Amino acid sequence: MNAPLRRVGVVAMVLFGLLFANLNWIQAYKADEYRNSDYNGRVQVAEYERRRGNIEAGGTALATSKETSGKLRYLRTYPGGQKYAHVLGYKPVNLGDTGIERVENDFLAGTSDALIANRIKDMFTGDETGGGNVLLTLSKRAQDAAYNGLADNRVGAKRGAAIAIDPRTGAVQALVSMPSFDPNPLASHDSEEATAAFNKLENAPGGPLKNRALSEVLPPGSTFKIVVAAAALENGVGKDTSIPAGPSWTPPTSGAPIRNAAPGICPEPEVTLINAVTESCNTGFAQLGVKLGADKVKEKARQFGFEQDDLTVGQLGEGGLPTAPSRTGSMEAPDGATDPAALAQSSIGQRDVKMTPLQGALIAGAIANGGSQMRPHLVRQLLAPDRTTSYYTAKPNKLRQPVSGQVASDLRDMMVSVVKNGTGRNANFDGYQVGGKTGTADVSPGTPPHGWFIGFALDKNGTPVSAVCVVLEEAGDGGSGEAARIAGKIMQAAAADSGGR
Amino acid sequence: MTAAAAPAASPATTGEQPGVRLARSRRNAELSLLLLALVLVAAYGATVEATVLDTVTADFWMPTAVLAALFLAMHVAVRFLAPFADPALLPAVALLNGIGVGFLRRLDLAKADPGDRETLAIFAGNGGRQLAWTLASVALAAGLLALMRDHRSVSRYAYTLGLAGIVLVMIPAVLPARYSEIYGAKLWIIIPGLGQIQPGEFAKLALLAFFAYYLVRKREVLSLASHRFLGIDFPRGRDLGPVLAVWALSVLVLVFEKDLGTSLLYFGMFVVTLYIATERVSWLLIGLILFFGGAYLAYVLGGVIGGPFANFHLRAEIWLDPFADPYQDGYQLVQGLLALGSGGLFGAGPGGGEPLEIPEVQNDFIFAGIGEEIGLFGLSALLVVYLLIVERGLRAALAVRDSFGKLLAGGLAFTLGLQVFVIVGGISKLIPLTGQTTPFLSAGGSSLMANWLLIIVLMRVSDAARRPMTGGPGGTAARPGGGPPEQLHGAPTEVIRP
Repeated sequence: MNAPLRRVGVVAMVLFGLLFANLNWIQAYKADEYRNSDYNGRVQVAEYERRRGNIEAGGTALATSKETSGKLRYLRTYPGGQKYAHVLGYKPVNLGDTGIERVENDFLAGTSDALIANRIKDMFTGDETGGGNVLLTLSKRAQDAAYNGLADNRVGAKRGAAIAIDPRTGAVQALVSMPSFDPNPLASHDSEEATAAFNKLENAPGGPLKNRALSEVLPPGSTFKIVVAAAALENGVGKDTSIPAGPSWTPPTSGAPIRNAAPGICPEPEVTLINAVTESCNTGFAQLGVKLGADKVKEKARQFGFEQDDLTVGQLGEGGLPTAPSRTGSMEAPDGATDPAALAQSSIGQRDVKMTPLQGALIAGAIANGGSQMRPHLVRQLLAPDRTTSYYTAKPNKLRQPVSGQVASDLRDMMVSVVKNGTGRNANFDGYQVGGKTGTADVSPGTPPHGWFIGFALDKNGTPVSAVCVVLEEAGDGGSGEAARIAGKIMQAAAADSGGR
Repeated sequence: MTAAAAPAASPATTGEQPGVRLARSRRNAELSLLLLALVLVAAYGATVEATVLDTVTADFWMPTAVLAALFLAMHVAVRFLAPFADPALLPAVALLNGIGVGFLRRLDLAKADPGDRETLAIFAGNGGRQLAWTLASVALAAGLLALMRDHRSVSRYAYTLGLAGIVLVMIPAVLPARYSEIYGAKLWIIIPGLGQIQPGEFAKLALLAFFAYYLVRKREVLSLASHRFLGIDFPRGRDLGPVLAVWALSVLVLVFEKDLGTSLLYFGMFVVTLYIATERVSWLLIGLILFFGGAYLAYVLGGVIGGPFANFHLRAEIWLDPFADPYQDGYQLVQGLLALGSGGLFGAGPGGGEPLEIPEVQNDFIFAGIGEEIGLFGLSALLVVYLLIVERGLRAALAVRDSFGKLLAGGLAFTLGLQVFVIVGGISKLIPLTGQTTPFLSAGGSSLMANWLLIIVLMRVSDAARRPMTGGPGGTAARPGGGPPEQLHGAPTEVIRP
């Protein structure tokens, strides 16, 4: 019996050898993965050992870390609550992070390569310096105006977005998505509370977690006429050239006539281009678009930024909040040829044309800025934990040149006329020259239309101070007028703040 | 039997030679090793307090002192009752038991309010309960050592023990889930308000005593009557009966108690004792094929029809990819692996880890919790201590003169090793995780007590093995109680074969 006993001894050694080998394998090949796993609570304890940097705008901390007595040493708080939620995002303990909290995570946490010197210094001094601070381009006053304007809109819209950009630099002055949410419960150290808050928001009506200003695409309605007008100006049509209009126009091959929003709008057979814009003449732009052809309309939209699917809004050059691409749609019949009916409807911003509020502001901004479209960005500066060293300062750069200076100037005149004499009167405010274009986008029968306004404000010297886009979803008939009013308030606030920032 | 192993069967080499070589009792060596183990346990407790409390309280030595009093008393009992017992077993077990109590107390410290930590009573919480259980276990173990003056006397009660073993195994299976199920495993007898015991831990010992007796009786027919097929001797069909019966029992355990680990343990225990008794490799092959076939079948059935096999199927799925559902099904295994990974080579230091990240760390996952704090090196040391116990037990089996003792000690030692393999392999994702206690470390009285009894049996067998054959008060003639002569007569190793 001893021979099998000896073999059993060998078997026991082999079993223990397997255990030993497996434990070694874990340490040799898996330990790094396990140590830094997202599921590893120790990572969080270590992450929360260091004070995360602030996110600030206009000298006020919008996201900051408070010391606690719990296991996780710092609690992330957002003093602005709902107002800045879609810009800042949130940094929860267990859930995924979003917004600037996500895209600038390494710098805020102090783990970015830029802050390596601080970490080495900590190693010798034994101190824990915090993470770096992110300074945003937002104007507090413009953000207040945008948030309050949307929240207190007079047409009872439940969803919407507003974004304001400095046309000269691309710096985002205000960015609000309605409905919004309070990021504070999501950052709770009680992971059950955070998860419950997240689930509630995820299932809430209107999708409060979605950043509508950057990633909601809606039919732009008449605001798209600016793009068609730009294409026309480059193809031999002057702003005072008469174009065919009329109370109703039926595109060839299609029985559905295109009408104007009211019988009083361009019933005459011909109207000048500037008046067609001012009055928002559907029949005129439908015929203009069909005359120009689908390729020219699509190409102009592309030059304004449609179809770009990799634009991010954060630092210039790299990273940032993701955006949805705006689309013109194919405007083709099933056989591949241009469908005049689709082209006619697309020319007035219906059919398959879809635009983000960001895209609307970029169009208005390019026109205000002499035709050059600046790259939008949110991060103004990255400051070291001690606030003396700057690791990044935004140096504005041009994204593209959709139109020449001359065309931009003509478009500017037309848009100013809209606010002075036409549909956009609500956007006007004293001391500045305001231009813009309203839009009322039909969605489907029975659903109230979306109200749009894109516009800009120029100071006395003709220098652009703000370009804005406001959309009120399913706002009904008064929607675009209300959007224009809110846009005016935002631009007024941005103009008042621009000196102070 | 192979030629190389043939001389081992002769009493001239197995019995007398070690007896001559190891005539000294080595009790002083045991005492020295025991003191070393206690110093390690005390140092562990002090380090835990220094890390968790930032100070070492004046009472840090109290749990260690209780353990020291117990183990030293046990040592004195061994001096009188089993003077030739293996000197390494008691210190090794004392070290594991002490580290277990220390780690459970460390968990209590982490769970307590910061203000109450420094004044935590020594019998408070899981650690205190474990300390109390250690007291009871060591007392019971000493009682068994006094009662069982010769391991062969156990064979007189073999059938009683076998029946008791089966009854103990079956009780949780037939009890309503309310009185037997914890975390999906029906392994318990829950006495509402009082606590629960795990009868399977004791059944293990009783069944093994029965197996050893049965196989000593049957080994000739099992090993000699066989068909030769493909170069391997297969037993006759009718001799497969008991094997199939035990296989059926372990599958029943698997299905009704939803516990692969215990099932694997019983079956492995039986197959190995069968192999030791008959020296037929075919039994090992049959056993392995039956077990893995059964396990695979259960896995497939669990996937297809679910029902009683669903639990096992789920465990196998978790094993294949614990990160597939890291917050629900795979949570415990994932957290265990993360703890091991976070510990690294040297660990976070006693008290420096976050063992409470692992659910139920005091039971099945104690090895992962300790592993985070003592690292790969510490875990390797613990594994070596376990291996030492197993190999020392097998050594006692090699050296003892009677077949029953060989089977008993060999089977028990291997079973202990297999249990360590099943649970440590489970928490480190080597094999599917099954609910098993980690011997001497996990919180739980049944497991601690049963394993202490197991160690006492090993010590008793090793005492018989190392006791000088003739002359002196320790000789066979002077052995109190003596063995029943029919045992010696019937033990085939004592038959000198040409």
